[in-house]
Amino acid sequence: MSLILNHVSYVYEPNTPLESRALTDVSLQIEQGEFVGIIGHTGSGKSTLIQHLNGLLKPTAGEIFFHGRDIYDGDFPLKELRSKVGLVFQYPEYQLFETTVFEDVCFGPKNLGLSENEAGLRAFEALEHVKIPKEMFYQSPFELSGGQKRRVAIAGVLAMKPEVLVLDEPTAGLDPKGRDQLLAELKRLNESMNMTIILVSHSMEDVANYVRRLVVMDEGRIAYDGTPKEVFFHYRELEKMGLMAPQVTYLMHELKERGLMVDENATTVEEAKEAILRAMTWRNRM
Amino acid sequence: MLRDMTIGQYYPGKSLLHQLDPRVKLTGALVFVVSAFLFENWISFAIVTAFLGTCIILSRVPFRYMVKGLKPVVVILILTAVLNLLWTPGEILWQYRFLKITKQGVMNSGYMLVRLIYLVLGTSLMTLTTTPTRLTDGMETGLSWMKLFKVPVHEIAMTMSIALRFIPLLLEETDKIMKAQMARGADFETGNIFRRAKSMVPLLVPLFVSAWRRAGDLAMAMEARCYHGGEGRTKMKPLKYRKQDFCSYGVLSVYLVGLIVIKVIL
Repeated sequence: MSLILNHVSYVYEPNTPLESRALTDVSLQIEQGEFVGIIGHTGSGKSTLIQHLNGLLKPTAGEIFFHGRDIYDGDFPLKELRSKVGLVFQYPEYQLFETTVFEDVCFGPKNLGLSENEAGLRAFEALEHVKIPKEMFYQSPFELSGGQKRRVAIAGVLAMKPEVLVLDEPTAGLDPKGRDQLLAELKRLNESMNMTIILVSHSMEDVANYVRRLVVMDEGRIAYDGTPKEVFFHYRELEKMGLMAPQVTYLMHELKERGLMVDENATTVEEAKEAILRAMTWRNRM
Repeated sequence: MLRDMTIGQYYPGKSLLHQLDPRVKLTGALVFVVSAFLFENWISFAIVTAFLGTCIILSRVPFRYMVKGLKPVVVILILTAVLNLLWTPGEILWQYRFLKITKQGVMNSGYMLVRLIYLVLGTSLMTLTTTPTRLTDGMETGLSWMKLFKVPVHEIAMTMSIALRFIPLLLEETDKIMKAQMARGADFETGNIFRRAKSMVPLLVPLFVSAWRRAGDLAMAMEARCYHGGEGRTKMKPLKYRKQDFCSYGVLSVYLVGLIVIKVIL
């Protein structure tokens, strides 16, 4: 039950002067139920990478396996794959088109060949998941606020009941409250429905609190792959890639340098608080 | 798929053709289009072909890349060729009921086909070697005499440059929306013509919305920078003719006059 990328490379517009390498020899294995963050600076290949996961792009070299089958095998049902691996693009609100919110969310399930009733049920569930109040169901999606549009668009993908949900910068342009709500919702989907979630972001701060595994991309290659703690340990190298470790990491390293015996690997504010308190008590006891 | 369009696209390079003044290239394209419709015999046909060939070689744009630009017009090309082939009166070569092919028809359709191909190649050669900004710059400067007749040259040039700028943006946007809808199981490729037309709705609605939004944003940004038309506006890189540009004008006149002389004499 997993998604495997085997030595995948991708080149945009090959054999023209506009040729550009986006991915170089990327190998990755993602198990069912994981919550993975893919992080990288602009142009590091994150967005290209995730478009491979549901077969929208075909790698220039390498293979991709879903449940042990090569997705570029001639007879692999791509449409089914796209329902199993739901992909939410950057600024997904720009893809809304129907007359009502509800109809728009039904678009995906209907494309899967579900009946009107079944599609409606799924749309209902999905909209509940993203906390869109019922009175908005029959409004035009163009009348909603930016954050609401975003959540409707995500519901549009959720309604297909994917096993894997991939989101490209889902928090871009949201206010802090909207961002936290969305990320908490994703965490809940991951925990309660065992949905695999792959979150693409360029902000460490955003993902550090939620994901259990981080993949760092740099210039089309995987630079680091591990738990947030393992990855943030390399915070100096991350800086060279144009990425910032969470502020907490900097604080903890600074404290340690100044002589407070803290565990510098804390990645969230909560953990940092615990670590500092522990260190303080220990010092006071001396 | 949509990225394959080469009409109106710029091919970065540093060849002689890339460096020519855009006004020369505009005139050149115009002269070439006229010349493509002037030829009626093998001699002028050879001259036009040689001229186009030389330009393509000078531009250093790979020929394969240029031919790709013909793909979108293939249908028009075939239609023109077939219509000319079947509907030209003259000496009959082959007949089946109401369909007949004449000797003149074969000639006509051949010429028309070549003319249209040359037309596309010639004009795309201009756009391939000139950035949209320089192209509209050239148009604005080259046509500034029309201001005397109250033609809003600057506004037209500005509109054109914005339109040209939006083509790649909208193509990119189309690509993105298409992918997003495909990720939701949309199918743009199969089904009969009605199904396909219907399947375009999820693509076209967001595209229109986004085009309006972009246009609004752009207008706002222009206002914010006090854009008020061409009056008194100066340029960072004013166009200046150089030696090579005058030479090219010379070559162009010799080419055009030569073809006219051949047409008159023969």
